[in-house]
Amino acid sequence: MNEEINNGNALPQTTVNPNVVKMKTFWKKFIRNKPAVIGGALILFFILTALIGPHLVPHSPNVQNLANKLNGPSAEHWFGTDQYGRDIFSRIINGMGITLYVGFFSVTIGLIVGVTLGIISGYYGGKLDAIIMRIMDVLLAFPGILLALAIVSVLGGSLQNVIISVGIFSIPVFARIVRGSTLAVRKLEYIDAVKALGANDFRIIFKHILPNVTSPIIVQATLSIATSILTASGLSFIGMGAQPPMPEWGAMLSDGRNYMYDAGHVAAIPGLAIVVVVLAFNIFGDGLRDALDPKMKN
Amino acid sequence: MAKELLKVTDLKQYFPIKGGMLGRTINNVKAVDGISFTVYEGETVSIVGESGCGKSTTGRAILRLDEPTSGQVEFNGEDLLSLSKRQMRAKRKDLQIIFQDPYASINPRQTVRQVLEEALQIQNVVPKSERDAKIAELMEVVGLGAHQADRFPHEFSGGQRQRIGIARALSVDPKLIIADEAVSALDVSIQAQVINLMKKLQREFGLTYLFISHDLGVVRHISDRVIVMYLGKIVEMGDKKSIFDNPQHPYTKALLSAIPVPDPEPEKKQERIILQGDVPSPIDPPSGCRFHTRCPFATEKCKVDVPELRAEDYMKEGHVGACHYMKEIEEGTHKPNY
Repeated sequence: MNEEINNGNALPQTTVNPNVVKMKTFWKKFIRNKPAVIGGALILFFILTALIGPHLVPHSPNVQNLANKLNGPSAEHWFGTDQYGRDIFSRIINGMGITLYVGFFSVTIGLIVGVTLGIISGYYGGKLDAIIMRIMDVLLAFPGILLALAIVSVLGGSLQNVIISVGIFSIPVFARIVRGSTLAVRKLEYIDAVKALGANDFRIIFKHILPNVTSPIIVQATLSIATSILTASGLSFIGMGAQPPMPEWGAMLSDGRNYMYDAGHVAAIPGLAIVVVVLAFNIFGDGLRDALDPKMKN
Repeated sequence: MAKELLKVTDLKQYFPIKGGMLGRTINNVKAVDGISFTVYEGETVSIVGESGCGKSTTGRAILRLDEPTSGQVEFNGEDLLSLSKRQMRAKRKDLQIIFQDPYASINPRQTVRQVLEEALQIQNVVPKSERDAKIAELMEVVGLGAHQADRFPHEFSGGQRQRIGIARALSVDPKLIIADEAVSALDVSIQAQVINLMKKLQREFGLTYLFISHDLGVVRHISDRVIVMYLGKIVEMGDKKSIFDNPQHPYTKALLSAIPVPDPEPEKKQERIILQGDVPSPIDPPSGCRFHTRCPFATEKCKVDVPELRAEDYMKEGHVGACHYMKEIEEGTHKPNY
């Protein structure tokens, strides 16, 4: 054996996985985007709050104390009390979980159904594509909240139904994005090569197309969570969503608006909470898009 | 003669043009319009023609990468077009393709090992325990080192990537390989390497090639027989010598006159035939002989009658052309009108 020649021939063994490279450039770009980092940190904080917070708050969210109602913020009640004397701080913390739960689950529904429909549409094309996309067009033509409202009024007002209806209204966005990306990836020669080897559609879709369309899905999912939270709160605000005494922010806002002049904080605090959470998801999603989009250098 | 491996009969590939509100088919691009030919076991048949003549479409249609509109593709006596999708997937073991663009034909997210492993896995060529050995063997066969198997495509040069493409095609032990412009994207020196590799593999594994190219120099080097296509139809077909030394169809003559001559002062000054105009649209191809709009020999008859592939008595066996005036042109009695 001539080891020297062997070593000379062998290039460095450390091969670079392009996925790892991509992750690195992604991180670099993402870290530089200050608002996105703040958004991400806030989301992480919200999730932790939702998980741990309810065990730490000093008051139960549903305990009434009518002697102590509509009080402003104090050391005992950081965010004051509402019209039944319940501690708003505890209710906000408990509501965090509900808000995130609605956001995540409704988007999960939209994502699973939307991505499936989008890939089928883009991959198979033809009549199926036309039918699916026309249905998506119809769904998109409705203003989001109106569609969700229509679905909830058919299903009946409850948190579960809000999740379902908000999920349905986020389907078309995913379907469209995924269809577009699938159309682009499907035309690549390596898909033909795998097809020529005898791969079935299942393998082509899951091993070769899906991994190449994930970035836009992730971005859209983040942005959709923000929209879903907003829509779900809106539904609860008009009484079609979470039912009392659930500490849902939209419902709290709705309760508080009757006391706007006497005790503005009852409405303002849940409203502010919604704004902060939605904003965090939006700037995080924007940051992700900038970091993941190869066309947007710098 | 050797055994027929691939027999294409009246193959048509029309691509619909959709339009209007309801997406109805308004018209068709007649990319391949009724071609027939046979490929015998162990030979290399080239399909040549200019861009858009339907040569790549023919290759894709044979493999059913695009479903052909009509016709028959018999492989080893079995009609591929009548197979179900599942049967066809199993059949793909015998027919492979090498693509033109070595940068687009390999998934950038897979290592070479994953690419080859997937091929072996799909067709279940060797048991799982022997896959690594088979991959190493394949890498060696195409002139790459087995130690390079864990690299990603972007770490290879164009020529090396094309070798990976060849290794992938070989991995399932095919009988027929369709090389769709397999060397067109490579440098001339790399082209020679890859072609010589393909010839070597043909000898070793008894492969049959359907070589699709627009590069006549390469075709002359590699082929046994040549098929010349123009606008979705075969205009001339025959063994390499007949086509290159004794072309009958005016289009073939023009095509061959475009090969650059290395000697600046050739003994016999070769006349360069410059064709007028562009290739007509395959959506609405010319009536009669499709070449009549650009043919210097065209007559009224050419505008009406579709010429069939036929042989004149002086032509070598197997050499056929689709022109009404082959004999007259050969004898010099039918003059070009320019």
